[in-house]
Amino acid sequence: METFFKEAVVPHFNFWIYVIIMMIGLWSVIAKNNLIKKLIGLSIFQTAILLLYVSLGVKEGATIPIIDHHAAELSLAGDAAAINPDAIANPVPHVLMLTAIVVGVATLGVALALCQVIYKDFGTLEEDEVLQKIKALHDDV
Amino acid sequence: MSDHLPVLVLLAPLFGAITLGLFGMKDHRVCLPVVLSALVVSLCCAIGIVLKVHSGGTLDYFVAGWKEPFGIGILLRADAINSPILVVIATVALLAAVFTVRHAGERDSEKTPHFYILFLLLCVGLFGITITGDAFNVFVLIEVTALTSYGLIAIGSSKRCKVAAFHYLVMGTVGASFYLIGVGYLYLKLGSLNMQDIHTILASNETLADSRAIRTAFVFILVGIWTKMAFFPLHGWLPNAYSYSPSGSAAILAPLVTKVSVYVMVRMMVSVFGLDRLEANVEWGHFVVWLAVIAIVAGSTMALAQREIKKMLCCLIIAEVGYMVGGAWLGDPQRWGLTGTVYHILADALMTSCLFLAAGAFAKWHGAIKLEDLSGIFCKMPLASAGFVVGGLAIIGVPPTCGFYSKFYLIRGAIEAGQWVYVAALLASSLVNAVLFFRIFEIAYFGKNPVESHGHGDDHGHGHDSEPVVRREPPLQALVPVLVAAALVILLGLFNGPVVEFIRTGLIETAAVVSTGR
Repeated sequence: METFFKEAVVPHFNFWIYVIIMMIGLWSVIAKNNLIKKLIGLSIFQTAILLLYVSLGVKEGATIPIIDHHAAELSLAGDAAAINPDAIANPVPHVLMLTAIVVGVATLGVALALCQVIYKDFGTLEEDEVLQKIKALHDDV
Repeated sequence: MSDHLPVLVLLAPLFGAITLGLFGMKDHRVCLPVVLSALVVSLCCAIGIVLKVHSGGTLDYFVAGWKEPFGIGILLRADAINSPILVVIATVALLAAVFTVRHAGERDSEKTPHFYILFLLLCVGLFGITITGDAFNVFVLIEVTALTSYGLIAIGSSKRCKVAAFHYLVMGTVGASFYLIGVGYLYLKLGSLNMQDIHTILASNETLADSRAIRTAFVFILVGIWTKMAFFPLHGWLPNAYSYSPSGSAAILAPLVTKVSVYVMVRMMVSVFGLDRLEANVEWGHFVVWLAVIAIVAGSTMALAQREIKKMLCCLIIAEVGYMVGGAWLGDPQRWGLTGTVYHILADALMTSCLFLAAGAFAKWHGAIKLEDLSGIFCKMPLASAGFVVGGLAIIGVPPTCGFYSKFYLIRGAIEAGQWVYVAALLASSLVNAVLFFRIFEIAYFGKNPVESHGHGDDHGHGHDSEPVVRREPPLQALVPVLVAAALVILLGLFNGPVVEFIRTGLIETAAVVSTGR
């Protein structure tokens, strides 16, 4: 148990945490009956993935990814040692997640708008009641 | 100018959408010319891309000139696999746009500009998914497509479409997130998001390519994409979402969204993970082909049980997705299965478009929702019904429609790969389709028509002395798209030779990239 903890959990604790948070979100999407609770779960699910990406870019002891002018010129001239990649955090996953956050916000916005319309039409946000009322609509057709 | 064709395909509908947002709200008359001209520009660019790829091979385009070494370039890549798909997307979108001319906003006209903005943004997303060469951009554009589809489905006036859109949203977001996780694992191991780079790294490092992380990434990507394309166990959102959405939305969503997802799967298999690696793991292929067989059988069975026209067509889409996934995973050495899949993406987009346009016209101008409502439709709308018949025959797979040839290539691949279950499923599904459509044709030709039943006694039939059957075609803006789609279904079938040859040059080219990458 202890070796498992030392070898698999501690070095990769960011993955463990992301998977646990993601599963909480997914469980809520599947198991909850209230549409808003489903959306909360969906947001948790998406945020867990953001955490995964953000943790990819982190390096211990590294600083912000702004390269000073002199070093950049040396590096472009072909001096490989001018920039020490271990001293700079990887910005790409963070930038990617900016896009993914925007996507998540947009999805949540559309979903909340849909919830509003569903509430107006059916007077409830509980999924089973909505489905029952839809079945009642079916019989009219 | 012609160097910028790959980005112009995207920009035309994007700027069209912005223009509509700025000016369309005040004056609805702006909408239609903007939408049509944007789509015509896209269509011309797409055709231009096909011609350039045909003469000069793969086109690479870096947006804003940022080249790849900086790691931030956005690469658009057009080759022989995706350029025909671009043309088909533009064509189907144009047909759907013409179809919606007057009745997109007829019910509540203040929504017309909103509808068209979403419509154009959907086109941007579809073109983008097809042409991009970057795995992360695929995620973003999948979400652009998905968000606009939720809007287009929920814009209808029925109460059901909102709930359907909500379910689609939940499933779609989970699917796209799975794809994102897969891409994250790829980035974690390989440090690149460019599809070509990923492929080269994987091809040069065999132990890395066989590592568990890369396999997990592939499985996540596949499951995400399968959710998006409604592959059988993950299909739950599709029938309600497409059948309760307004006809104009269904006419663009149903033919294109699932097909473009199939293309993403093909792209991931061919030029990210590499076909020979997939073929080395034969048991994966067998497993997926079995899943596809289940999807085909389930889709056909569900279609038999439906009583509404659009629901039935939606179930057929699920079966067709099964054809395409199975075909891509056959793994026959000559790649006929994969060729059939890419050809079927084109063919299925056109025939689904034809059927949904015709079904939309029937629903709008005949009030036909259920199969029984179609009785006498051949007398009332002979031309529109002829379009429907062509689409139906194509789904069954009758020559010379394109459906016959795609099935021919798929079955050829399956026989060469020895996947007899898949052959059997394909043939059985064709028979089921024949049953389905001939049932509709029977209702539509011989079904009890309240007008016709009066003139049953006399020998010439058709109610000569009683009330004559009123022939009332749908208006021109609905009739023309149906007929054009039907004509394209037949033309794509007749000219399947050159199209397939073109697609195969693309597949062989990527195979050559594989061998030089080693």
